[in-house]
Order: sequence, then structure tokens, then C-alpha cells
Amino acid sequence: MGMMKELLNKKDMERIISRIAHEIIEKNKGTENLCIVGIQRGGVHLAKRLANRIKDIENVDITVGSLDISLYRDDIGIRKEQPVVRKTEIPCDITDKKIVLVDDVLFTGRSIRAAMDALMDFGRPAQIQLAVLIDRGHRELPIRADYVGKNIPTSMSESIEVQLEEEGLEDRVLLQT
Amino acid sequence: MKDLVGIKELSRNEIELILNTASSFKDILKRDIKKVPALRGKTVVNLFFEPSTRTRTSFELAEKRLSTDVLNFSVPTSSVVKGESLFDTIKTIEAYGVDFIVMRHSSSGTPHFIARNVNASVINAGDGINEHPTQALLDAFSIIEKKGSLEGLKIAIVGDILHSRVAKSNIYLLSKFGVNIRLIGPPTLIPDMTDHNVEVFYEMDEGLKDSDVIMMLRIQMERQGRGFFPSTLEYFKNWGLDIRRLKLAKKDAVVMHPGPMNRGIEISSDVADSKQSIILEQVTNGLAVRMAVMYLLSGRSENA
Amino acid sequence: MPDAILIKNGHIVDPSQGIDEVGDILIEDGKITEVRSQKSEVRHKEKESLRTIDAAGLYIFPGLVDMHVHLREPGFEYKETIKTGTMAAVKGGITSVCCMPNTNPVNDNKTVTEFILRKTYAEGSCYVYPIGAITKGQKGEELAEMTMMHEAGCVAFSDDGRPVTSSLIMRRALEYSRVLNVPIISHCEDMSLSEGGVMNEGRLSAQMGLRGIPYASEDAMVARDIILSELTGGRLHIAHVSTEGSVRLLRQAKERGVKVTAETCPHYFTITEDAVKGYNTNAKVNPPLRTQRDVDAIKEGLRDGTIDVIATDHAPHHRDEKLQEFDKSPSGISGFETALSLCLRLVHEGVLTMSQLVEKITFAPAKILGINAGTLKVDNYADITIVDMNREFKVESENFLSKGKNTPFDGWTLKGMPVITICKGKIYDWRS
Repeated sequence: MGMMKELLNKKDMERIISRIAHEIIEKNKGTENLCIVGIQRGGVHLAKRLANRIKDIENVDITVGSLDISLYRDDIGIRKEQPVVRKTEIPCDITDKKIVLVDDVLFTGRSIRAAMDALMDFGRPAQIQLAVLIDRGHRELPIRADYVGKNIPTSMSESIEVQLEEEGLEDRVLLQT
Repeated sequence: MKDLVGIKELSRNEIELILNTASSFKDILKRDIKKVPALRGKTVVNLFFEPSTRTRTSFELAEKRLSTDVLNFSVPTSSVVKGESLFDTIKTIEAYGVDFIVMRHSSSGTPHFIARNVNASVINAGDGINEHPTQALLDAFSIIEKKGSLEGLKIAIVGDILHSRVAKSNIYLLSKFGVNIRLIGPPTLIPDMTDHNVEVFYEMDEGLKDSDVIMMLRIQMERQGRGFFPSTLEYFKNWGLDIRRLKLAKKDAVVMHPGPMNRGIEISSDVADSKQSIILEQVTNGLAVRMAVMYLLSGRSENA
Repeated sequence: MPDAILIKNGHIVDPSQGIDEVGDILIEDGKITEVRSQKSEVRHKEKESLRTIDAAGLYIFPGLVDMHVHLREPGFEYKETIKTGTMAAVKGGITSVCCMPNTNPVNDNKTVTEFILRKTYAEGSCYVYPIGAITKGQKGEELAEMTMMHEAGCVAFSDDGRPVTSSLIMRRALEYSRVLNVPIISHCEDMSLSEGGVMNEGRLSAQMGLRGIPYASEDAMVARDIILSELTGGRLHIAHVSTEGSVRLLRQAKERGVKVTAETCPHYFTITEDAVKGYNTNAKVNPPLRTQRDVDAIKEGLRDGTIDVIATDHAPHHRDEKLQEFDKSPSGISGFETALSLCLRLVHEGVLTMSQLVEKITFAPAKILGINAGTLKVDNYADITIVDMNREFKVESENFLSKGKNTPFDGWTLKGMPVITICKGKIYDWRS
């Protein structure tokens, strides 16, 4: 039975969302042609929060979508049970758009690779950017995030858990050793 | 689970998982690029010992949409004609390194026999007069799409139930979900299914009253000459679905048929083409359900 | 074989002589010379080479008589031969068998009968009494040459494997057999009702999507044959009874005094159609395994004497043949090496006393066939089975002596088995 340590609390997360929202607007010089897509499961609610925050700042509605990557994973047939296939909803034509992928934790980078492949089957985006709440290191592929909430170096035996209000829990990020 | 040989062997939870997964796959079929790489590198062989166009095409398309490599094996051109035993045929196919075998055979229990003797995942596409599990799954999916859920529905299954693997699989599935199942047909064609909470009606008008779903079965013309019923005319008169009978069911009842239809023998053209018929939706849903089944079966560990 | 063998202190059960007590049996020069109870005073004479078998705690039966087996030779040697079949029989404690004529060529003439007997003499480990066909080629059309076959050695006639569908032919067969005073053994099956069936017809067959054979198929023909036996006065023996209805019909017929006897097989009083679940071809047999009601009725029929005999219907098939689609697989159970143990369960369960059981597998069949077997009478050749009621063993079909490994009892643990068989001058000790 390991130890649980709280790394971020509700207020921390609020500030991070705010900061990343500002960074996205800054980097893209506004919100034109922007579309935010959350990766199932961890990124979906965060994507909505970011879109809402951007709306608060710029008073513009941003399209938000969700993307399930189960069918693009590189470990199908290796795991004992197939991951549940969840909803994919991309409410716009992504060709020529700037897509900001959102995930809760960036780890090996394989989920992001799968997400990019999935996205490509929908069209030809002008750019794909990546926003993550936590970057825990240990990349196995050459993937990097454009927007990072917090860098948290971890060991392989540790794990990070992101809890969200939308799922009935308190907003916080925990480190399990 | 390694294989899908029948609905009898599935739990309610497993069925729900398949149907939920099928939902996601149906979305994929609406995209421009209708293909996903999920089963890339896997090989499937479609082993059909009985002729079939619709089921085989449906499976083949589902397999290709999952990026599987597809092999088709049909009997008239095969070594079975040269006298090779089924066991040897299967073992040879296994030696090619296939991951899935989708099979249809005229002897009940053949997929069970094959599944016991190969490492590949076996999917039953119809065995004799035993089961046709993916058909029942797509039928359930189609009903839920229209009615929200199966619980408490009154579903009438009409026709040659004795020889229909589609009917059997449907009975096994629906009875796990609290459905009021009504079997309608001539006494010579209704088997003993009392274990599965069914009501039997020889009078179609009685049985159709207030139904939510009417599933029509194909009358297999070869049966007619063997004394099960006197003529197709008499059959239609007693157990055919026409507009008058359709009105006995609920106003929003749906009409289903696994195909191919014998228009004028078990179902009249105006019913088949009416707004209440979801026969074509069944076909589309068949694709999603079969993709879901293959996806879920591919998940077993390599070392299991 | 040594000059003399003394089997000591075994519990001798010989219904033919009304013996059911602990005692000794003396065998000299291959024949039984003395059977005496423990309490007897007479001492045995000293012999040159005397082998003593200590049978304390064991039962001594006459060698079992199995009046319904398929030895497959000539023609189907890949399934079994007289050599391998009789060896497997002896392992099961069976020293006399009657082989059915559905060989290739069919045993419908004296030449085939003579072939079987010659082969048995040369290679058989137990005694074989051939059963000749009722009709030529078992086609059900013309009577076969019964008197010539009888002269050659056939002890009864049957078209087993198939029924005699034509009532007229069956009538003629029963009438004609009166010349010889031998039984006509009937495989009761109305083929038009069986109609491609592969298991018992009922709820389970509907669920498994397999065509069923209704009980009516057997009952209807049992009724017909009983009536024909009454009409003609011929001796009728009903093979492999499997249904409650057959038992009822037989009981009524016997009450009326009809000359009918009947046999059943161990699988019909041990397992039900449930054994077929999972499409297990090793449980595919004809007549098919039925329901618990039928099992109970058969046990009752054995208990009250309606069913006279237990035979195995030993039906070996090649492994490849059973490794097929259920529909295609041939019917049959390889029964020699499990029969006695399954029969002993009836005693363990209290359905039959030991004496009643032994009669059904020794003296009763011998009497029906008119053969000198199934008895421990003095001056008979020693055919003896020594049984350990308490010894347990696991059924491992791969190790059967029979070529046929097809049994639904594979993996079962059974209690009670033959430990020594003495037959045709040889002693077999199965305990090693």
C-alpha cells in the first residue's frame, strides 16, 4: 500500500487552466481557426474548461470536441481486455484548422501518437498543438507538449491520478508511490 | 472470451458491452474515412460452408474497416470437395497463422468443435439450426436504437422457429433482458422453448396484439415439401404479415426481418417497404456489431 | 496355466447354482472341479503345481457374458479387430461375447460365420458366439440362411445396427426362428420417426439445434415386435432398451406371458442426454441417451426383472471419426472396459443385490442364447472373473485395450473393477 501525496489542489488547477488559456491565445495570436479536442478520458473535461476560460477572456466561442483513441492504440491484442471504446465527437471540419489536443497526463507519448493518427483520419489540420495538465516524463516517443500545467518528475513505479469535479470528486492531482 | 459461438454462452453484461461498443463503431461508419487501424496486421478467414451473400459481405466489410487482412474460403472450390476432413481443413488454415475464423456451417455445434481445437478466435456466423449470434446482437441493437431499451418490450417472433438459428439466438438474448417473447407459427414449426419464458401462439392475430416489435422469419421453401404446412398460400393466410395485421400491434411497432425476404409469403410488400420497417437499418447495424465483436475478441492476451 | 489353481476365500456369486457365499474354487486342468463353501470339510487333493489365488475381500463371478457387441471384423478392422476386441472384453471381466453381424461383408451366411469363428480360435482371448443377420445384407428384404448359419455357429439373429422396418419380414423371421428355437434380437427404431436425428428429442435438442430422435421411435417398434411375437410364438429379445415407454410395454407383455426378453446397456442407467452438451460426440449413441425419467424407469425395470440382461453394445469407432461435426460422427460407445464398474454402481446404490446383478450379466444371457457359459458348474471350463468392489480407478480411454477410445466416461473415477480374469486357459491379473 503506497503513499498518496497531493500535488495540486483546486486553486492550483484553476490557475493553471487560466494560464494555459492565456498561453493558447497568445501563441495563436487570437482564437481564429482554433479547435480544442480533449482525449478520452482524461482530457475531455479539461478541454471544456479551457474553452470556457478562453471564452471568458476573449468573449469568443471555441469549438470543443472529444477523441477516443482506443482503435488507434499500439497495444491492441497485448492487453488482456480491450479498452472501452468511448465517444468521439469532432463538431467541425478539422481541415486547415489549428487543433489543440488536451490530455490530463503526458507520459510515454504513445496516447498522443495514437491521437494524432486518429485526428488525421478526420481531415488535414493546419497545426496540432498539445496541452497537458501534468508532464511526468519518461517519453518513449519524440513527443512534446506546447502547454504544460506542471512538470512533475516521477519514477516508473509511481503513478499520477487526476481527480475532477465533473466526475463527482474534488479537483486535485495526486501522486501515488 | 476467446470465441463467440453462441448467445447461450454470453452473460447479460457481455452482451451489453458488445452493444455499447457497437454504438461507437456505428459513429465511425458515418465518417468520411470509415476505417480504423485497430486490427491492422491481424488475419481473418471467412469460412463459409453454406452459401451466404449478406452475412459474408457484412463480415468482410467489417473486417476490412478494422484494417484486418481478409481471406475467403468457400466450399465448392475447396479441398473439402476432395474429401479432406473438416478437422484437417481447419488445422491447415490455422497453420497459415490466422487470428480469427468466421464460420458458417450446416451442422449445429461445428463452431464449438472448431473452437476447442484451434487457438484462433472463432466467430459463429450460423451453425445448422443452432445459433446465429451476431444476427441476434444486431437485432437487439436495432431495437434499442428505436425503443431505448429492451426491458419490458413485447416482441413477437413469427415463422419457422424450429429451423431458424436467427430466432433461437434472439430468444436466448431477449430472455436475458426481461422481454415478453411471443412465438407465433404453425405447431409443426415451434420447438420446446419453455425454459426461456416464451408465450406460444398459433393464432397470429392473438399473438400480435400490442407488440412493440415484430420479427418476421424467412420461410425456407425447401421445408414446404416435407409436411410442415400444406402450401405457401395457406401459410400467408395464417402467419403472413400484412397491413391489417400490422395495425394490431402498437402504433409505433417496428417490423424486422433478417433477410432475404420472400415478399408475399411471410411479409407483404407494403409492410416491408413501410415506415415501420427497420429492415435496412438492421443491415447497417450489422456492420457496427460485427466490428465490435471482432474488436472485443482481439483483446485477449497473446499468452492466454 | 498351472495344473491346478485354488481360489481361496472369495465371495462366490453364481446365480445359476444359487450360490452366494464365501468359499473356494478349485480348477484342475482348466476345468472347475470343486466349488465349495468355507464351511465345507473336504480337503483338496495335493497337485503337482498348485497356484493359490487369495481372494479374501473379493468377489468371484462366473466369467461375464456380453450378448451384444460389435467386433467390427471382417471389414472395419480400423475400428477394432476380434483380437483387440476380445482382449478388451477380458480386461472388463467378460469371457463370452456375441458379436453383431453388421460387418463388411455382413454376417448373413455361414462363410462369414466360419471366418469369425476361425479368427476367434486363432487370435481371440475370449469366446465369441456370432449373431447372424435376419435379412440378407441386413437390407430388410429377404430372410438370410438362418439354419445354415446356426449350424455354423450362430446363436441368435439380428439386423442390429438397423431395425427390420417391414413388419411382414419381422413376422416371417419370428415364425421361421421357431424351427431353431433361437431368439430374434430386435433393434427397435422407427426410421421415419428418427428422421436424421442425432440425439434424444426434447428441450435440450431444440436448444442445441440438433435433430432429435423421439422416444416414440423406439416405443412404437417395441410395441409392434411384442405383438408380432404374440402372433407368431417366436422368441423375441429387445436390444438396448432406453426408454420408460419400452419398459412399460415389456412389463405388460411379460404379464401376459409373451415370450419376450430384453436387455439394456450401462450408459442407459448411468447418464442422460446432458452428456451430449458441448456437442460431445463421445456421448452420441443409438438409441440416444435419454432423460432422468427414462434412467429411473430402466433401473426400476432391472429391479423388478422386466429387463433380464445387461449388455454393453460395445461399439468402437476410430478416433478420427469421432473428431468431426456432431451430425457426421458415427454413434457408439466403447463399453467393455467400463461396463462392470458401471454395473456395480447399481449394487452400491441399492438398486440390485449382488446376486441379481450377476445373474443379469452371466446366467440370464447364457440361458436366452442357450449357451453353456455364465456359470461355475463343475466340469465346465473355468471362465472366472474376480472383482474388487472397493478398488477405485480413473477411466483413461487413451489406455483402453480396445481400439475404440470413444467413451463419455473418460476421466470418471469408478469404484469396483475386475482384478483377475481367467479365460481360455489364461490368468490375467489386472492389478499391476
